[in-house]
Amino acid sequence: MANALTIENLHKSFKLGFIPKTKEILKGISLSVEEGTIFGYLGPNGAGKTTTIKTVLGLIFPDRGEIRIFGQPHLAAKARERIGFLPENPYFYDYLTAAEFLDFYGRLFRLDKEVRTERSRRLLKRVGLERAADLQLRKFSRGMLQRIGLAQALINDPAFVILDEPLGGLDPIGRKEIRDLIVQFRAEGKTVLLSSHILQDIEMICDRVAVVVDGRILNQGPLHELVSEKILFTEIALSAIDPGSVAGLGEIVSVHGERILLKVFDDAKIERVLAIVQAKKGRLHSLIPRTETLEDLFIGIVKGQ
Amino acid sequence: MTIRTIALNTYKEAVRDRILYLLFFFAAATLVFSRVLALLTVGDRVKIIKDVGLASLSLFGTLMAILIGTGLVYKEIDKKTIFTLLSKPIGRGAFLVGKFAGLVLTLFVMLGLMSIIFLVILFLHSFRFEAALLVAIFYIFLELILITAVAILFSCFSTPILSSIFTLSFYLIGHTSWGLKTLIKKIPPGFGRTLARIAYVLLPDLESLNFKTEVVHGIAIPPAALVNGLLYALCFTAFVLALATLVFRKKDFI
Ligand SMILES: Nc1ncnc2c1ncn2[C@@H]1O[C@H](COP(=O)(O)OP(=O)(O)O)[C@@H](O)[C@H]1O
Ligand SMILES: [Mg+2]
Repeated sequence: MANALTIENLHKSFKLGFIPKTKEILKGISLSVEEGTIFGYLGPNGAGKTTTIKTVLGLIFPDRGEIRIFGQPHLAAKARERIGFLPENPYFYDYLTAAEFLDFYGRLFRLDKEVRTERSRRLLKRVGLERAADLQLRKFSRGMLQRIGLAQALINDPAFVILDEPLGGLDPIGRKEIRDLIVQFRAEGKTVLLSSHILQDIEMICDRVAVVVDGRILNQGPLHELVSEKILFTEIALSAIDPGSVAGLGEIVSVHGERILLKVFDDAKIERVLAIVQAKKGRLHSLIPRTETLEDLFIGIVKGQ
Repeated sequence: MTIRTIALNTYKEAVRDRILYLLFFFAAATLVFSRVLALLTVGDRVKIIKDVGLASLSLFGTLMAILIGTGLVYKEIDKKTIFTLLSKPIGRGAFLVGKFAGLVLTLFVMLGLMSIIFLVILFLHSFRFEAALLVAIFYIFLELILITAVAILFSCFSTPILSSIFTLSFYLIGHTSWGLKTLIKKIPPGFGRTLARIAYVLLPDLESLNFKTEVVHGIAIPPAALVNGLLYALCFTAFVLALATLVFRKKDFI
């Protein structure tokens, strides 16, 4: 399959502050998004996700590196016509009504009047705003802005949709609705790149993810490859024994009255803990092996910095 | 086509801006006041109405140009509406020219309305219509266009307040730089005079667009001055706009 987006060795630094100081934001980002997939761009706040996306869209010029969209240089009009973009914390012309706003953006793509009217109506319905068509955007709530932002991103029926923190500012129901919409995009053959700092939101829907921390991609691949089945540690809950007797075998997370929660990192030591419990007539409440989740991967990487 | 779309949207935004109506109200009030003033004074009343009227068209037009010129481009960047706009297949140059055209359209409508009020008040007083007034108003409009371009240039890299101050300075310098001409004649040849010459060439000369005095006092305007003013305004505007585009093209929207 061809790639909707390839980024190679992208570098960018900003000069910031009153006395300009150069700060390197992107330190060699490379990634590729295959057509027809949902790609998750993950990383903590300030990692450089938005900066990467803005560079792809031509809002920021890279210091170094190459970006191709459907094989075209990313600034080519042909490439841009196939893109839809939802910015982070979207804000739009608040003096326009929802319908006027979509019509305006449709004009920028030189769509005919019938097409514009048809599409705005359909898109407003699709994002659940059909009743707000004639409401000025200044009266929109945060969640409604997110929805109209999504509608705006679809006005040109793009083949490639770029969404920066699409679930930000939404309540749980809203999050689910938008997530379902994103999955529908894939079913329609669109390619999706979405960024997020919240993992649960996207781990269920992404085909591939890249984890970016401090301007570098630390890991990239299909979800199941990034998150190993390897057991990280085992959580054992015990009671009726002296905490001191198992202290050397693992990390005591908490002691509540009689009850001890112990984290053991080594399979061999689990046996020894169990032997001690048996010998001292203690009680075993639970024994849970913890495998890695994306969250752990994330925390591990961030801590490693 | 995209330029037109952006221009019309800018016009829509500008005319939904309250500040414009406030200024318009003050302009209308001043125009009415000029008639009251004329009634109270002895001497040529019609001249006073013309004088105050043209001056207030110029003053309030300039304020409008500065306020909407510095506000509207900066607002796009500050409120981040520009992110979605420029991610569409629109050149940055086209965006800026569209903004400029929208502002010029707004000023055209505003100046047109103020002029109608002015001419009606004048007509009620003198029962005469002088075409020469339109010449003065046309050159006021040219000046507003230039000021809008300057305001856009400044707002490409600074906040509205700073841009307003810069643009206002441009306006003030532009209306006082002709004093250098007299200075050049008075100081002896040498370093000082060369310096004054260079300064005069570099600084804007907005007085070359000012035909108010001539029109009010019925003095004939040499055609060369009209052509000169027209070319000066158009070239200067084109130059400033090109400079603004250059700055805007290179800008990172972080
Ligand atoms: N307007 C700005 N002013 C100063 N620093 C900025 C600005 N925008 C981004 N940065 C810096 O760039 C880095 C990356 O930001 P960003 O790409 O927005 O991260 P993310 O989207 O992953 O949260 C951050 O460390 C931030 O400090
Ligand atoms: Mg971000």
